[in-house]
Amino acid sequence: MKILVTVKRIPDPDESLKFAGGGLDTSSSKWVPNAFDEYAVETALRLAEVAGKRDRLAEVIVMSICPAKQRQHVTQFLAMGADRGVVVDADDSELDTIAVSKAIAAVAKSEGVDLTIVGKLSQDNEGNQVAQRVAGLLNVPQAGFAATVKWDKNAGTLDVGREVDDGVEHKLVPLPAVVSVDLRVVLPTSIKNGVTADSHKYQEGPRLASLRGITMAKRKKVKVLKLSDIGVSSAGSEQVVAVAPPPARPSGQIVGSVEELHEKLAKEAKVL
Amino acid sequence: MSKVLVILETAGGKLRSSSLPGITCGQQIAAKAGAELHLLVLGADTSAAAEVASAGYNAAAVHTLTNAALEPFTAEAWADAIVHATRSIGATIIGGTASSTLRSALPRAAAVLDAPVASEVVAIKSGDTFTRPVSSGRALVDVKLSGAVIGFTARGTEFEAPATGGSPAVNALPDGAFDTRGAKVISLEKTESARPALSEARVVVSGGRGMREGANFKILEQLTDLLGGALGASRAATDAGMVPADLQVGQTGKIVAPELYIAVAISGAIQHLAGMKGSKTIVAINKDEEAPIFQVADYGLVAKWEDAVPRLIELIQSSAS
Repeated sequence: MKILVTVKRIPDPDESLKFAGGGLDTSSSKWVPNAFDEYAVETALRLAEVAGKRDRLAEVIVMSICPAKQRQHVTQFLAMGADRGVVVDADDSELDTIAVSKAIAAVAKSEGVDLTIVGKLSQDNEGNQVAQRVAGLLNVPQAGFAATVKWDKNAGTLDVGREVDDGVEHKLVPLPAVVSVDLRVVLPTSIKNGVTADSHKYQEGPRLASLRGITMAKRKKVKVLKLSDIGVSSAGSEQVVAVAPPPARPSGQIVGSVEELHEKLAKEAKVL
Repeated sequence: MSKVLVILETAGGKLRSSSLPGITCGQQIAAKAGAELHLLVLGADTSAAAEVASAGYNAAAVHTLTNAALEPFTAEAWADAIVHATRSIGATIIGGTASSTLRSALPRAAAVLDAPVASEVVAIKSGDTFTRPVSSGRALVDVKLSGAVIGFTARGTEFEAPATGGSPAVNALPDGAFDTRGAKVISLEKTESARPALSEARVVVSGGRGMREGANFKILEQLTDLLGGALGASRAATDAGMVPADLQVGQTGKIVAPELYIAVAISGAIQHLAGMKGSKTIVAINKDEEAPIFQVADYGLVAKWEDAVPRLIELIQSSAS
């Protein structure tokens, strides 16, 4: 079993945005891994490993499309436990959602992966499209917004608990497939691989890299490709014509008591 | 004339109200692009097309694709159907409401059509330029899409109900090959609630980490029911298992914009604010006066929920009687 996990670096979402020249200025931003991609790597590791043992049921490949020199986040995921990396060397200006999806599909195909795991969305662009597009390009089944994943190795299927608008849908997908993960996928018992005991409780959230992992990461292989190597041309299907902060809410008031709050809601806001 | 195709969702022979904002968005795009509006009802049962056609929505036609493989919903079969309909109709702009259904199926179909999609559109600038929020709603981007086909999903809270009118004909499209690629829906655990849906409620009462445990949500339920609202929660509360995950309001949960939003013991993380700051009136009750939620609140009360919420319930009850 081979698992491909896509990872993106984004400007630190805890920093305030800088608006400049009709766009966002990220020149002095601190770049961090997208949180949903950390959940995706954690999902892959939990599927691949046998808790408490060295045995591995799958190879975990992390892939990122970024300037080749700015791949600190890939090293971080290798330190977390992924086996090797693939970097597609490209500048953000060469990319749009179509190009990103084609690049991922091309790598998934050339690596012959059984499962591609993608974070539901990136916290900067919030497109929530890539997993679905990659599945469409590969013509394989998809399971989006996963909160739980249960792997049946013998049947070659995943039972994915998907968070949908009116509840939780369980979808059974045969491999190869593409899965996008939501945040509850990193709760202690969300992932079951059929070998680690179903009752095993992981620590909540994506794991931190161990010292050993950090040392090992330097020795792990990272293949660097160009968009042209995988037959993807930089696209221009999305052009940002303006960026602006949202209109500010008029400032509110602090009320002194529940009585005053009730009075204002009833008479001023007229919402009771 | 170019054609805008809006994909609708139905249940039990009726149009789902969650599809209405997508129609409104489609009407606005059609007006700006000088295009015709076309509507698509797809599923094993497409009888809702008659109801849609009688409301009209100023559409040129209401198309149906009736096929057993489209039920229950899978992104795989629906994407096949959307591609098939787009080509049969000759649509150049395709989309609908940003529901979990279209968020799943539309990008997949768009990949096959090599079409860009603008997600969670909140406003229309022109026939190909749409406004959408990024970075937890901290910026609004106007994105211009180019391609033989382009797509959109409309954020449900940002578009009013669509205008009705006209008398479009119902047109059954030729059947196509729709396939789930071996995927099967095993179950759908629906959240049963007597309360209105979060995204449709006039009032939403949400609790956060400060509620400490699930049992304490009883008092919020009491306030919710008194106001005829829906119950929500912050990610901290749903992650802690106090209430089910689908009550989560925020960037990664439900986006709500009710007339009245009452945030109780919620600190106001950016990702929560992204899901509720479109609300008309926001009330924050929190014992920590430094909580960021107060920055978006119209009315803030620095108090413990244990004291404030029961008193608020009393006051509402006594003024109602």
